[in-house]
Amino acid sequence: MSAAAYDVIIVGAGIVGAACADECARHGMRVRVVDQEMVGGGATAAGMGHIVVMDDSEAQFALTRYSQRLWQELRSELPDDVEYEQCGTIWVAADDEEMDEVRRKQLYYSLREVPVEVLTATDLECLEPNLRCAMAGGLLVPEDGVLYPPCAARFLMERARSRGASLDLGVPVAEIGKGRVRLANGTEFSAGTIVNAAGAWSPALTPGIDVKKRKGHLVITDRYPGFVRHQLVELGYLKSAHSSTTDSVAFNVQPRRTGQVLIGSSRQYGVESKDVDHAIVSRMLERAQEYMPALAHTSAIRVWTGFRAATPDKLPLIGAWPQDSTLYLATGHEGLGITTSLASARLLVDQLTGRRSAIPSEPYLPSRAASMEHAHA
Amino acid sequence: MPDPITVTVNGRSVAVSEGATVAAAMMISGSHCRQSVLGEPRSPLCGMGICFECRAVIDGISHRRSCQILCASGMEIRTDEW
Amino acid sequence: MSGEQKQFDVLVVGAGPAGIAAAVTAAECGARVGVVDDNPAPGGQIWRGESANGLGEAARWLVKLHHQNIQLLSGTRVFDHPAANVLHAETADRFLELSYQKLVLATGARERFLPFPGWTLPNVMGAGGLQALVKSGLPIEGKRVVVAGTGPLLLAVASYLRKHGARIAMICEQASLRSLGRFGLALLSQPQKITQVLALRKDLAGVPFVTDSWPIAAGGDPVLKDVLITRGRDTEKIPCDYLACGFHLVPNTELAALIGCRMRDGYVEVDHLERTSVPDVFCAGEPTGIGGIEMSLIEGQIAGATAAGRPDLAQKHGRARAKLEPFSRALDRTFRLRPELQSLPLPETIVCRCEDVTYSRLKPYGSWRSAKLQTRCGMGPCQGRICGPAAQFLFHWSPDSVRPPIFPAVLNNLAAMACREAQPSGAMRGSE
Repeated sequence: MSAAAYDVIIVGAGIVGAACADECARHGMRVRVVDQEMVGGGATAAGMGHIVVMDDSEAQFALTRYSQRLWQELRSELPDDVEYEQCGTIWVAADDEEMDEVRRKQLYYSLREVPVEVLTATDLECLEPNLRCAMAGGLLVPEDGVLYPPCAARFLMERARSRGASLDLGVPVAEIGKGRVRLANGTEFSAGTIVNAAGAWSPALTPGIDVKKRKGHLVITDRYPGFVRHQLVELGYLKSAHSSTTDSVAFNVQPRRTGQVLIGSSRQYGVESKDVDHAIVSRMLERAQEYMPALAHTSAIRVWTGFRAATPDKLPLIGAWPQDSTLYLATGHEGLGITTSLASARLLVDQLTGRRSAIPSEPYLPSRAASMEHAHA
Repeated sequence: MPDPITVTVNGRSVAVSEGATVAAAMMISGSHCRQSVLGEPRSPLCGMGICFECRAVIDGISHRRSCQILCASGMEIRTDEW
Repeated sequence: MSGEQKQFDVLVVGAGPAGIAAAVTAAECGARVGVVDDNPAPGGQIWRGESANGLGEAARWLVKLHHQNIQLLSGTRVFDHPAANVLHAETADRFLELSYQKLVLATGARERFLPFPGWTLPNVMGAGGLQALVKSGLPIEGKRVVVAGTGPLLLAVASYLRKHGARIAMICEQASLRSLGRFGLALLSQPQKITQVLALRKDLAGVPFVTDSWPIAAGGDPVLKDVLITRGRDTEKIPCDYLACGFHLVPNTELAALIGCRMRDGYVEVDHLERTSVPDVFCAGEPTGIGGIEMSLIEGQIAGATAAGRPDLAQKHGRARAKLEPFSRALDRTFRLRPELQSLPLPETIVCRCEDVTYSRLKPYGSWRSAKLQTRCGMGPCQGRICGPAAQFLFHWSPDSVRPPIFPAVLNNLAAMACREAQPSGAMRGSE
């Protein structure tokens, strides 16, 4: 079988792999990308495409904010079908306790120069008339946005290819490591660096990666232009995203440029089946109707599932894999893959080229797991 | 001969025979049913509730498949509001 | 939105000939039968608008549908199979959870549409589509109609429209004269078919009928004005008010696929008793193979009898069923699509009507899924029922697997996906 020499081979052509390919190619590296199916066909195709700053932790904030700004810089180059819209997020507070959380977030973001605005109940009614009355208020984050991920991944990959990157689709990857990638059909490639950007499949290729599948469901309606104007997320979403054991749902709704309403979200553990789970969709839609009763009469045209790649500390793995000097990881992005894809690619390439990153890269290093273990030993 | 049923399509009165569907009423009134994503006028294609080209707003509810809905006296039908 | 639960011994999905035959047979065997159908009245496509008060075969069967063991749920669309022996359905204002011991899928078929320039113009419809609209109150008297495409449906539609006053300008059949000749010979073994053909010939006397002919473009703005058809090496432009154009039939197998029934060549696989690969689930009529009305009635009776626990009665129809199989195969062969039809769409011709995706945007992709994700083709409310068969013919893409809901459903009803909190229905007809 033929073997060709590359600087970097990226395994996985989802949004993270595509962003990495784009960044590597931009730096003049010889890049090859391999994917078992298509560009942006995994979690990239299944997710909401919400570009959002999060304040779970300093590290999560730093990465999401850095990456969100990179998307803003990129927006004028994005083709129409990427459907980038800076519609903003409203974190919805259903009661006074959640309003306290709104104020805490407002302080947090203001200190870090993220423009935000506290909304009263009246403000909220004005901005989003289809939300149930008697909400307590919310927090508007106007610089958040949405896009359509499969086309964004395609755009990044096309840019990479225009700079010489090559792409292999449709053959599963059998084995990676020690400077080599072997496809299921026997073809082998060699490279100075291999990047595992295979998302939910990354542990199958690199045993020992602590990434677990976290299943999600989404429902999309027919076209109702103007029904919802911002991405709306309940503050309880954070509790859902935090839980590492129980199945959970949270109100999370997005306006698509088509006028369709995209409804999420759910999280489940230890589930391998791609089938639609009726019980959890039921819960998710009940929750959605609690917040937006007018959704009840909309026409729901599709339901689908996807697997997020989740790590124990909710931060992605970006950087060298300690057990193999040729192997780097860019995976474990859970529900923030779209948002943090661009920054992940920057951090990765910074490490490959020995440059200083715009934000500290230590929190995302794969070696942190080892040092965490070490600390507990 | 049974009395015709009167419905309105975009505010205009249309008389149809009993058993007529909303799609037929729209076609009789000379109206198309919806505008496509690229702005084309669309009318029924399959006649059996599968193609969704016949969607219209019936008594305030959007995205109703008009080829499978019988006209009822006083029904208000609006097009172009997907 | 309120919800109801209903239980049946035998639940039949579809009230066309196959469904009616299954329901009536099962009811006459003593089963409590439910029939679910999404049209306002029973009859499916071919018996649309037929009344129980008429004469003829449709009326005879529709009368029997009034059997006391049968509950007919019209205007009801099944959208999910959430668990074994349960279907979820909705009407305009209700959610229904339907439980069954045995299920008969008689979901029929739909027309196959192929894109060509101008096919999205108002008044370009399916052949069955135009007939359905006329049966639903569209006046056709004095209107000029071109009927085009392929399949016996074209003649049936032309005949019906002519009887209601339409001027049939031309019937264009893409099959070759030779294929049709062979088909005619195959019909000789079916006496009732010969009668039908002779009747059609009489009904359509004087109407130009051309073979090896298909539409190249429909013209007009903003509505249809004329259609350009092939005629040998030439073309001919025919002014018309309506174009009734369909390319034979595609089986409605989505519910069977969702349930997990095994398929063969795109049809639901059944044995001689109409059993599918899934226990307690039967399939009758067009989804098992396009075979026409006689086959649908036979298969419906077989499925109904077996489902009601009387396979002995079902087996009585075995010979009739076997006799009709050559006709099914002949249909398939005769009306196969010719490769020239793959060149009909221009780059700017819309293929996916829900999302307005053009031919040129789709061509670069190697699979249905990648095309869908990148262009939205197939993501609209028709869920790929119109564009899917076209894309399969044009690009040889295999379709995706089926997910619920198999039709768009009101969100509140979808939310009931797993919920069994609805009140049980009132007293059922029949025993217990």
